[in-house]
Amino acid sequence: MNSFTIAILVKNKFGVLNRVTSMFRRRQFNIASLNVSETETDEYSRITVISAGDERTKDQLIDQLYKLPDVVSIKELDELTSISREVLLIKVENNPETRRDVLDAAVAFGAETVDYSKASIIFQLTSKRKKIDEFVELMRDYNIIEICRTGVGTLERGGDTLRQAINL
Amino acid sequence: MKNMKLSGSDILVRTLIDQGVDVVFGYPGGQVINIYDSLYKYQDELTHVLTAHEQGAAHAADGYARATGRVGVVIATSGPGATNLVTGIATAFLDSIPMVAITGNVPNSSIGTDAFQETDITGVTLPITKHNYFVGSIDELEETVREAFVLASSDRPGPVLVDIPKDVQTAMYEYEPKQPYQKDPKNAAKDIRIQEAAKTINEAKKPFIYVGGGVIAGEAEKEVLKLAEKVDGVIGCSMMGLSAIPTSHPRFLGMQGMHGHYASSVAMHNADLIIALGNRFNDRSTGNLSKFAIGTKIVHIDIDGAELSKNVPDTNGLRGDVALTLQKLIPLLEQKKNPEWQAQVQKYRDEEAQRTDTRPGMTPRNVIRTVNRHLSPTTPVATDVGQHQMWAAQSLEFRNPRTFISSGGLGTMGFGMGAAMGAAYGTGLRTVLITGDGSFGMNLNELATAATYNVPVVIVLMNNGVLGMVRQWQTLFFDKHYSNTTTNRKTDFVKLADAFGVKGERVDSIDGLDQALTRAFEADGPYFIECDIDKDEFVLPMLPPGGSMDDIITDAKAGD
Repeated sequence: MNSFTIAILVKNKFGVLNRVTSMFRRRQFNIASLNVSETETDEYSRITVISAGDERTKDQLIDQLYKLPDVVSIKELDELTSISREVLLIKVENNPETRRDVLDAAVAFGAETVDYSKASIIFQLTSKRKKIDEFVELMRDYNIIEICRTGVGTLERGGDTLRQAINL
Repeated sequence: MKNMKLSGSDILVRTLIDQGVDVVFGYPGGQVINIYDSLYKYQDELTHVLTAHEQGAAHAADGYARATGRVGVVIATSGPGATNLVTGIATAFLDSIPMVAITGNVPNSSIGTDAFQETDITGVTLPITKHNYFVGSIDELEETVREAFVLASSDRPGPVLVDIPKDVQTAMYEYEPKQPYQKDPKNAAKDIRIQEAAKTINEAKKPFIYVGGGVIAGEAEKEVLKLAEKVDGVIGCSMMGLSAIPTSHPRFLGMQGMHGHYASSVAMHNADLIIALGNRFNDRSTGNLSKFAIGTKIVHIDIDGAELSKNVPDTNGLRGDVALTLQKLIPLLEQKKNPEWQAQVQKYRDEEAQRTDTRPGMTPRNVIRTVNRHLSPTTPVATDVGQHQMWAAQSLEFRNPRTFISSGGLGTMGFGMGAAMGAAYGTGLRTVLITGDGSFGMNLNELATAATYNVPVVIVLMNNGVLGMVRQWQTLFFDKHYSNTTTNRKTDFVKLADAFGVKGERVDSIDGLDQALTRAFEADGPYFIECDIDKDEFVLPMLPPGGSMDDIITDAKAGD
C-alpha cells in the first residue's frame, strides 16, 4: 500500500475535525498521521493527513472529503514539491550503563536534549517522518518511557498555497 | 417589509415561508414549544401536519420531496423527538432525497450537561445527513436555515438537520425577508471527458442504459430517451430509477438487479457497454462485484464525483449533471443501428415472457395488476419494504417520473404510511400505498393521521402473515428454518382501521379487489383494503446475495 499525504483546508468552526475524522472512520480510510493546526487566517484551520491505499482509494478519499461542506480545499502533497516535518518528544530511561549510547545516537540524529533528570532524558527531534521512525526504532534498544509525536505538517515549496486551490 | 425584530422561532417560521414551504410535518414537545407558537401565529401561511410519531413525520417529509422534487420539512423536539427522526433521515440520505429536519434542543446554558431530553443530535446524525448545523447563536439562524435549503437541494440532494437550542428560539433579532433560496447552478461534465466518453460509446454494439435515481432527481428523462435512440440501446433501471422511463416504452426492460426483470438483468450482463446515469452500482443491483460486468465498458455519469469508480471501476467517469452532460454528449454520438443486439434482447424478453406468472387468483402479481387498472398517469404509489415492494417494483406500470415512492437504499420497513401521506400532501393527488403486514405493523399508528386530516391514501395491504422476504431467504438458504418470521398475530386489520377512523374492507378475490379499489378511489379520504396472499409466494427472479447472473433463480418451490 502506498502512503500519501493530503493537506485539507477547513473552515475554522466548532466540530469540523469531528466531521472530517468521522468520514474517515465511517468509510474505513486509515489515518497513519494526523495534524491539525491554526493557519495564517482565523477563517480556516489546516488538517494534514497521511493515509495509505491504492490510487482508487486515494481518489475516493479526496472525493469524499470534497463532499463535506466545511472542507474548502484539498491538495495531495509529495516529497518533491513540498516540505514536511514532524516533531518527536521521546522520554528515555537515564541508565548509567546505556547513557553514553543513547546520547551518541541522539547526536547522530540531531536530536536535542530538552530535559535531563536522574531518571530520564527527553529528546526533541524535528525531522521527516521516516527519520523519526528510524530514531524511535533505534531507541527501542533502550528503555523508552513515553513518546509523543505531533503528526506531520506540510507546506508546499515556492509560492503556492492551499488557499489558492479554494473552489476547485 | 422593513427590517423588524422577531423572536428566533418567528424568524425560523418566516424563513420557511419565504423559502416557499407550504407544509411541514412534525410533532411538538418542550424544546420546540416556541416554534409551535410561531406555527400557530403563521398558520394561514404554513400548514403543519401533526403525525402520530416523529418517524412518520420524517417519512412524510421524505415522501413529499420524492413526489414533488421540492424540499420536505420535518420538525421535532429535542431528545426522543430528534432520535425518532433518525430512521427517516437515514432513509432520505441513502436515497438522496432533499429534506430539512429542524430539531429543538435544550438552551445553550444546558448543552453538554445531560439535561432532560438533551441529545447530541448533530453528533447522532453526522453520518446520515448531507450536513447538519447546531445554531448556537440567534445571528446565525436565518442564514443557516436558508443555507440548509440550498444544501439539501443542490448537487446530489440529501437531508440537512438544523438543531436550534431553546434560547435561540426565544432571543430577538433583526429579520430581513429575502428572496427564496436558489439551488447552486448545475454543471455539465468537462468537455474532454464528454469527448472521451463519446468515443467509447461510438464503439459499442450492445449498449445498455442503466438509469438510476439521479435521472429523476436531475430531470433527465427526455435526454435518456434521446440517448437510447441515438445509440440504439436498451434501457433498464435500478429500483431508484423506476418511473423515470414509462414502463411501456419499447426500449425499456424494467428494473434489473437482485429481483429485477430477467431480460433487464441478462441484457445488462451481456452488454458490451453500460451507460450508467445517476446511480451508484449498489450491491442489490450488481450482485457479486467480482463477477459483475466483466469485460463490459462502463460510462458512468453522476453529479457526485465520489460515486465514479466507487463500487465498479469505470471506463469513463463523468462528474456532472446528467441532463446537461447528456445534452452535450448526444450530438457527439453516431446514429447507430444494432439489429443483432436488439434481436438478442428480444430473445431475453421472450424467455422472460415464458416465465411470467400467469396463474389466476390472488397472486401478488394479479394484485398489482389490478391496482394498475385504477391508477391515473400521475398517481403516486408508495410502498413499504419487503416482498410486496419488489412485486410492486416489478409489475406497476409507470407513466410519469416521481410516481414511485419507495425506500431503496436503506430499505426501511414502516416507510410507507408516512411517505404516502407526504406524497398526497405534496401532489394534492390521491396516493396509493402498497404494503405488507410486517411493514404496516411498524408504523400503522399513522392511520390516525390519515383519518384526522382525511388524507386521500388508498392502502392496499398484502397480508401473508409472515415476514415474507426473510422467509423466502430462509426457504432458499436456511433449510426452511422459519425463525421468527411467522408472525401468528391476531390483528384484525379492518377492525383496526375502523378503530382509527379509516374505512376498510377485506377482499378474497381479484374481482373483489377491483371493486374495492373502485370504492377506494371514489372515497373521500383514506381507504383501507386487505388482501390475503399465500405465505409461500416468492419474489422471482432472484439473484442470490453475493451471486451473479449465472446463479439466477427463476423458479423455486417452497412450503413447510
